[in-house]
Amino acid sequence: MENTAKTTLTMRNISIAFPGVKALTDVDFELKSGEIRALIGANGAGKSTLMKVLSGVNTHYDGQIHLDGLPVEIRSPKAAKELGIEIVYQEVDVALVPHLTVAENIMLNHLANNMGRTQIVDWHMVRKSAREALGRLHMNIDVRKRVSDLSLAEKQMVLIARAVLEKCKFLILDEPTAPLSNTETQVFFDVVRHLAHDENVGVVFISHRLAELFEICEHITIMKDGMVVKDMQITPELTIGQIVEYMLGRKFDETYPKTIVPIGEVVLEVQDLTERENRVQEVNMTVRHGEIVALAGLVGAGKTELCKLLFGAYRRQSGVTTLGGKMFHPKNPTQAVAAGLALVPEERRKEGVLVGDPVYANVTVSSLPKFLNKLHFVSKRLQRKATRSQITALGIKTPSENQLVANLSGGNQQKVVVGKWLLSDAEVYIFDEPTKGVDVGAKRDIFELIDGLVSQGKGVIYASCDYQEILAIADRAYIMYDGRIVKEVAIPETDEKELLYYSTGGK
Amino acid sequence: MGKELDRNIGIPKGAVMDFITKWGTLLTIAVLFIAFSVTMPTFFSAPNIITIVRAVCIVTIIAIGMTISLTVSGMDLSVGSTATFANTVVMTFFVWFQLGSTPWGMALSIVMTIIICLAVALINSLLIVKLKIPDMLATLSTMFMFEGVAMTYAGGGAINENMRRPDGSTALGKVPQLFRTIGREPWIIVVMLVLVLLVFVFLTYTKHGRYMYAVGGNPEAAKLSGINVKKYRTLAYVMSTILASIGGMMIGARVGNAQINSGSSYLMGAVAAAHIGMSVAGIGRPNALGTLAGAILIGVLENGLIMASVPYYAVNIFKGAVLAIALALNYARKK
Repeated sequence: MENTAKTTLTMRNISIAFPGVKALTDVDFELKSGEIRALIGANGAGKSTLMKVLSGVNTHYDGQIHLDGLPVEIRSPKAAKELGIEIVYQEVDVALVPHLTVAENIMLNHLANNMGRTQIVDWHMVRKSAREALGRLHMNIDVRKRVSDLSLAEKQMVLIARAVLEKCKFLILDEPTAPLSNTETQVFFDVVRHLAHDENVGVVFISHRLAELFEICEHITIMKDGMVVKDMQITPELTIGQIVEYMLGRKFDETYPKTIVPIGEVVLEVQDLTERENRVQEVNMTVRHGEIVALAGLVGAGKTELCKLLFGAYRRQSGVTTLGGKMFHPKNPTQAVAAGLALVPEERRKEGVLVGDPVYANVTVSSLPKFLNKLHFVSKRLQRKATRSQITALGIKTPSENQLVANLSGGNQQKVVVGKWLLSDAEVYIFDEPTKGVDVGAKRDIFELIDGLVSQGKGVIYASCDYQEILAIADRAYIMYDGRIVKEVAIPETDEKELLYYSTGGK
Repeated sequence: MGKELDRNIGIPKGAVMDFITKWGTLLTIAVLFIAFSVTMPTFFSAPNIITIVRAVCIVTIIAIGMTISLTVSGMDLSVGSTATFANTVVMTFFVWFQLGSTPWGMALSIVMTIIICLAVALINSLLIVKLKIPDMLATLSTMFMFEGVAMTYAGGGAINENMRRPDGSTALGKVPQLFRTIGREPWIIVVMLVLVLLVFVFLTYTKHGRYMYAVGGNPEAAKLSGINVKKYRTLAYVMSTILASIGGMMIGARVGNAQINSGSSYLMGAVAAAHIGMSVAGIGRPNALGTLAGAILIGVLENGLIMASVPYYAVNIFKGAVLAIALALNYARKK
């Protein structure tokens, strides 16, 4: 290609703070054109924050950025674009207009900014340029197709094509492969390699799937707690195990005294369960009375999908499930609840609580038939009474049962969701990331609550990507990767390293 | 996933469904047309076809304005009242102020009417863009407002030639013959077709039209690409109002007066036509040609049913049912 000159983008002593948190501390980062660099770190290590500095979203950084030795300022997304820095976020739909064609979506920036006084859109030119941009990626997508009809992988390609059109010199890919299948990932890698090696683009590749880094990246930067802990070449000698060690750093423990409960008979048994769109495949698992079974896995591993499948919110393709010895194939969540299953969903505000309603309405909503008066009207008095006892039992911090849930903190909202299911007498409780966005104190309360459930002989499924939590609270863990359970481990015999090893695709 | 299911069944069920969802509207028009023609010989006659097309004209003009508001994923419910208002204003120019005596006076009346009606667009965009009221609710309030404004301005009654003014005098102005001619075929049809074509070209081939679709599809992405989202939402409501006021004046041109709430009966027809139009040819988004097809569907249905001696009060049952089916074609397959 025409531009074979090496350009180097250097970040020196980059620090950034958000109210109350220091997100980045003196980070050094370097990217050369034509190289593919992995950026790795646990959730909250600061990867995205750092990349948002580069793409002009986090504008209040301290430190210096140089392009080929010349100092530059990136204080707006526009400034980043002018330097040739483009970012493709994981949530591709944010940047696409679904009911317009591929051609228009690729050319959107051009149509919006470079038309000047021209009023009429030259469709021939738009399609041709879009086709050329896709051609540079060796992609064959019909540019007349509507974006809403594309697969996720194709949507990413549309965004990358848009970036390529902008004379992009540095391309940041934020977890691009998380939603892709294996074949799609291979195609994607070919495109990325082509961009780096033939078109001289510098690529930052953020991923949680460590195994794939060896395939595609030449360099790796590992972050932890807002700092860069290691920066090195990827060599054949490097192992996933070593990377995991750098990611975790020193072991710090935050143990939780788990109550020892006698474990009883199998209550939920799953055989070869596959979801209709293959988001979950061939899952085998059992849950016993009094047992906390963890689903360990990174974001996108299929934990949420499995929870929803068990709960009847996703459709089953094949496989057999039994609950309490009886066949159990819920077609919808209503049937699942009737059979004795409860789900505390991950997207609490969206799926778990009625934020505009008071606490008592939320706590009693799944079990309203219990609160009827003689005339079979819902009795607010009974609802409030039951709610008051739940507030005390769960330690929900609220002035009264009449408070709107919207005004409670995240942790207390979570307790309200749990309280709702406690009243409905389920046999098996599924918790999907129950501690997400919850402070340490509330986290402990939620643990106590789950402990309380198993003490009553209930079965619990605990899905989380926080392995310290899993080690603290669970009895057994199934590790998920790519929609499948890849390993079953007993908690006393495992450690964080093993969990992380299998959940990043180690074999 | 769709493809896998199709394979299981053997024949491409998806393809049949695709065909129906794409061409259902046109197919229905054809089926209705043939059915009515076979059962009623007078249906397929030149005078009746012209009757249908004429009936379709005004609703189409108002509906393409609605279509533009739909492209920015809004919805202009005030088009009916705007039409009433325009009808009233233009008639008062002719009858009260005697501006219709010269061609220039007539042209001036028409232009001034449009300018005055832009007050609706102004308030709509203020409520929607500045005060962030959801489109439907904002335009619902302006719908009421301008229904009242038109009626108050007219003094609570209709505007006719030789009408008695509130002060007891008789209005001396006439509605110009030229104006009435525009309201008759072939001119009313020409005006309608020209407007449909203009809006079609605007939405499909100009950058402004494409920006509107982008704004309607994903405002955030549009904004990040550098499109002025507020400007284009405002523009959409301005264009919607202009078309509604032209539609309102066409009512006046056709009947030669301004009745109370003359435009409001076109609102629901326009909503229906624009939404039916979205499903035509599987486009799945508001477009001018589809809206014309939607209006024709409603027109054929209405005319045929009345000719078939279905009582006028029962016609709406069929209209409603057809609308439901057309909307199902557009929405059922969305996830």
